Amino acid sequence: MKRTNRRRVLQLGAGLGSGLLGKAEEGRAPGRPLSGYGERSKYVKPVRTMRQTKTPQAGSSATPLADMYGIITPSALHYERHHAGVPDIDPERHTLLIHGLVERPLLLTMEDIRRLPSVSRIHFLECGGNSGGEWQEKTGPDAQRSYGLASCSEWTGVPLRLALREAGVKPEAKWMIAEGADACRMQRSVPLTQDLDDALLAYGQNGEPLRPEQGFPLRLLTPGWEGNVQVKWLRRLFFTAAPHYTRDETSRYSDLMPDGKARIFTLMQEAKSLVTFPSGGRRLAGAGWYEITGLAWTGRGRITRVEVTLDGGNSWQDARLDEPVLRKAFTRFRLPWRWDGKDAVIASRATDESGYVQPMREQLIAVRGRNSGSHFNGVKMWRVQADGSVTNEDA
Amino acid sequence: MKTLRTAVALGLWTAGLVAAQAPKYGVGRAVSAAEIGNYGIMVGADGKGLPEGSGTAVEGKAVYAAKCGNCHGAKGEGGIGTALVGGKGTLATAKPLKTVGSYWPYATTVWDYVHRAMPFDRAGTLKYDEVYSVVAYVLFLNGIVEEKQVMNASTLPKVRMPNRDGFVPDPRPDVGRMGKARE
Repeated sequence: MKRTNRRRVLQLGAGLGSGLLGKAEEGRAPGRPLSGYGERSKYVKPVRTMRQTKTPQAGSSATPLADMYGIITPSALHYERHHAGVPDIDPERHTLLIHGLVERPLLLTMEDIRRLPSVSRIHFLECGGNSGGEWQEKTGPDAQRSYGLASCSEWTGVPLRLALREAGVKPEAKWMIAEGADACRMQRSVPLTQDLDDALLAYGQNGEPLRPEQGFPLRLLTPGWEGNVQVKWLRRLFFTAAPHYTRDETSRYSDLMPDGKARIFTLMQEAKSLVTFPSGGRRLAGAGWYEITGLAWTGRGRITRVEVTLDGGNSWQDARLDEPVLRKAFTRFRLPWRWDGKDAVIASRATDESGYVQPMREQLIAVRGRNSGSHFNGVKMWRVQADGSVTNEDA
Repeated sequence: MKTLRTAVALGLWTAGLVAAQAPKYGVGRAVSAAEIGNYGIMVGADGKGLPEGSGTAVEGKAVYAAKCGNCHGAKGEGGIGTALVGGKGTLATAKPLKTVGSYWPYATTVWDYVHRAMPFDRAGTLKYDEVYSVVAYVLFLNGIVEEKQVMNASTLPKVRMPNRDGFVPDPRPDVGRMGKARE
């Protein structure tokens, strides 16, 4: 009895919300029918942003980080970085060749690869050039356009070492050249270090096959390293004693320092974090309670701490980390905040299990100058102004 | 120090693989050298893997005009595509220009990349002689080789690029406190 009443009240509420009041006689028609493949609500509109370019096959699109909940990036919003477009690959015809300094050169079909023992793990993926604009005088105006070339997915695949055992890597092999099946046949030289212990030949992403933009049907996943080395549309692994110094590890994805020398094979994505609310472009309705939240990640394992400042870095307090805190994965942090309606400069700072503390932007620039272009992981400040608007704070 | 650690790690992970040499699952199949050939050549920085063929800047000029200049500019100055020429002496300035001439450490890389990825809209269509020729032309535009200098599998790896010694190993972590956050 009581329950019925409550339901009526809820229905009335729904009617009010849907503007059906006054049409009581018509009643409520049912909604959309069943569908084979779901779409998000038409009221939910965040999309990946792109820069204007004459060659949209060779560019990047960024994840709307400020619109994300939790730690998983919806596959359709995972950031993109392509160098010669997204190839159309029939998985029935796709193969992986393993050759070079191996005992048994091997050809694997996707069916072969799926027969090997597999794992599913949650890992972030970040472009080595993410936040590249933050080195410049004018920084990115919002979370998406400053830190958006980072996303996090559950990946499924075969541990790389299991597949390599089938081919038998020779002791003199120290590098692995990974090649993609995109038009440019993207190649990167991968050092055979212990960081590859958790490397995967990945074919699954968030419960379904990889999205084409993420390398369907097969990609290399080397968690914690820059995205470019985690070659998509993987068609070949070639074992050598020395790196090949390919275009994308020399001309690109190298970090130019103030003395004119460039750092090479800068693979590690160091600890980084970002307040996603409040962040640039948002507006607070007025003084009162809000939840400050954001994301932290590190290529060196787990995030152990995230601190938040409300006064531009003069003082810091610990944010709460959502459990579980996973290795080389987005970690969600939260801090309830009562805004007094005055100017506030808000930022987060991450620490990881190696003891590394995310540096301030000025510290990075002082050491590496402004021409590095890559691997910016400095603290990002947002200014909340008295009118509730939120902007980037370059100072 | 960091370089040393990396070197040690390189040995360790490979050793782990070697200790478990016998295939366990027996999936996949053996491939012949001919089949591997179908996957395309692999080119090392020492020139290993470079195919037969040759060319000079004289021939490369025509190839460049027909297939490269549209995007990279008539003289390699850049356009839709990146600049290939110039930038010498700019790497340590506020406006560095990274080109084949000012930045790329190996001539073999130019050959490999042109062969795999260029032209952008028709990658993989250049013949080996055309690749040698057009690479010779780009090197010539940068003042690195003579106009009639023959580029082939033995001469190209010997070309010394101006920025050959311009790269250093990754020294990170180089910024940020490594101790406990609050002490």
